[in-house]
Amino acid sequence: MALRVRFSHPLRSFAATIDLTVERGQTVALVGPSGAGKTTILRVISGLLRPAVGLVAIDDEVVLDTARGIDVAPEYRRVGYLFQEYALFPHLDVAGNVRFGARRGEDVQPLLDRFRIGELARARVSELSGGERQRVALARALGRDPAVLLLDEPLSALDAHTRAGVRAELRELLDTLGLPAVLVTHDFEDAATLAHRVGVLSEGRVLQLGTPTELVALPSDAFVASFTGATVLPGQVVETRSGLTRVALDGGVSLWSSDSASGPVNVAVYPWDVSVGTNLPDDSRLNHLSAAVVSVAQAGNRTRVRIGPIVAEITAASAERLELTPGIVAVASFKATAARVFPR
Amino acid sequence: MLATGAVLLFLLLPIAAVFLRVPPRDLVSALGTTAARDALRVTAETIAVSMVAILVVGTPAAYWISGRRGALRDALVTLVELPLVLPPAVAGIGLLVAFGRAGLLGGTLDALGVDIAFTKVAVVLAVTFVASPFFLRTAIASFESVDPALPAAARTLGARRGRVFFRVMLPLARGGLGAGAALAFARGLGEFGATIMFAGSLQGVTQTLSLAIYEQFDVDFDVALAISSLLILLSALVLLSVKLTTRWRSGSASLTLFAASPRRST
Repeated sequence: MALRVRFSHPLRSFAATIDLTVERGQTVALVGPSGAGKTTILRVISGLLRPAVGLVAIDDEVVLDTARGIDVAPEYRRVGYLFQEYALFPHLDVAGNVRFGARRGEDVQPLLDRFRIGELARARVSELSGGERQRVALARALGRDPAVLLLDEPLSALDAHTRAGVRAELRELLDTLGLPAVLVTHDFEDAATLAHRVGVLSEGRVLQLGTPTELVALPSDAFVASFTGATVLPGQVVETRSGLTRVALDGGVSLWSSDSASGPVNVAVYPWDVSVGTNLPDDSRLNHLSAAVVSVAQAGNRTRVRIGPIVAEITAASAERLELTPGIVAVASFKATAARVFPR
Repeated sequence: MLATGAVLLFLLLPIAAVFLRVPPRDLVSALGTTAARDALRVTAETIAVSMVAILVVGTPAAYWISGRRGALRDALVTLVELPLVLPPAVAGIGLLVAFGRAGLLGGTLDALGVDIAFTKVAVVLAVTFVASPFFLRTAIASFESVDPALPAAARTLGARRGRVFFRVMLPLARGGLGAGAALAFARGLGEFGATIMFAGSLQGVTQTLSLAIYEQFDVDFDVALAISSLLILLSALVLLSVKLTTRWRSGSASLTLFAASPRRST
């Protein structure tokens, strides 16, 4: 009772090579920059794209096996597909859209009510808000009792206001449905909130697959670190002393890391591992970088401060107390264990 | 401003002149002559058959072409557009040497006991030949302008290809198809060169309204004027309906002369 997908398919400048198993009730998110092959995976699972070689099994039913010449058409695969921008039929009203996927003669009103769009049954699609469109698309995709759910950028069509609320709702829905679900997004935060496991995709390959916590704690390389939110800085290892590595960053500053490495490297520092002060502190932390504040940006109750090349994420309250404004000199501090070094 | 006035005057004066030459009452009575009524009947019959053929065969053909990509698509669209730029006299000669008694298929048709040239069938063939590209081009463009995610979504929702066509593609391309049909109709109505060469101008058989104008020019000038004014009204009606449907669909480029390349999905 799961989804199994394994395929290889040539894209413009690289081949997408994927091997993924998603258990029942599990959500796997694939994150990566646009053009990394995220949507290709969903198209292969749904049958909209036939890969050069591959195998797809939904609930133990093999729907694609290029070796045995099996290729079940999309309309016969039990797949619920939430398209990017939702792909609602503009010539049908809300009920018409949902009925399109439902069994012939089935009453869709309970499904509409479940997604709180019962009142909108006769509404034209163009009159709906982003959140309502998403609920219509979800109701439509679930009308056929799919055995697997595919979500393509489910939140990117929403504005910042509705996003957080819809994200929480979607998370709850995925938990209730108990289906294997594959979600693709370019936003690591969305992936981390919605999925049990996250795969970081680059040029058609999954670089690392793990829980969001695992990815942040132990990124396999600088790309994963960067995609999960770290600031990545190129530099050169200049000395190794008592198990510590000193890296001279290309900008001229140097810092200590507990990772061992040599030669040209990338250093990754997560913003939430960096604290900010106005004086040089005397504590266990080895890295204190004194530089001018480049930018201060508030997001909710957190503030992102850029000091020299380093980005720190601190509470809005602390930022206010320190009176951080661009131009003043501040100190960014972090432990040597917070500076992860990857060979370049 | 002045130039625009000159352009409008130049373009509209001949049209106005048709109506100003004789009183409207005379125009209406001239339409009652046998020649005019015969021509109206021949035109109605032949254009109806042509339009049915164009819509029934042309719509699925346009849909299939709209699903192709790259060089094949571009080649097909260009081939379909060829009759559009062809001089009508060439179309007439071509039809004659293809379907005429001494033509390419003439022997085969003869053996079947069919003689097409100078019959209503010939008129239908000539009208269909010159008018269908107008419909095909617009139909291809309007199928291609449908967001490819919509038919894809329909398929994941359990719709087979036929259902995708009838329930999604056809309704979404409807405005463009209507505009294309109207343009083809207008072109078919005015068809002259190919018809006179391939079908001749036999009153009551192959003499359409456009041919009747030419014929009556020497016989009864008022009848020629009356038929002209009728065709002006019909053409204006077609143009107006195209404008209204495209405006209603806001921004659909149904009147553009050549189909642009389809947008590609990533």
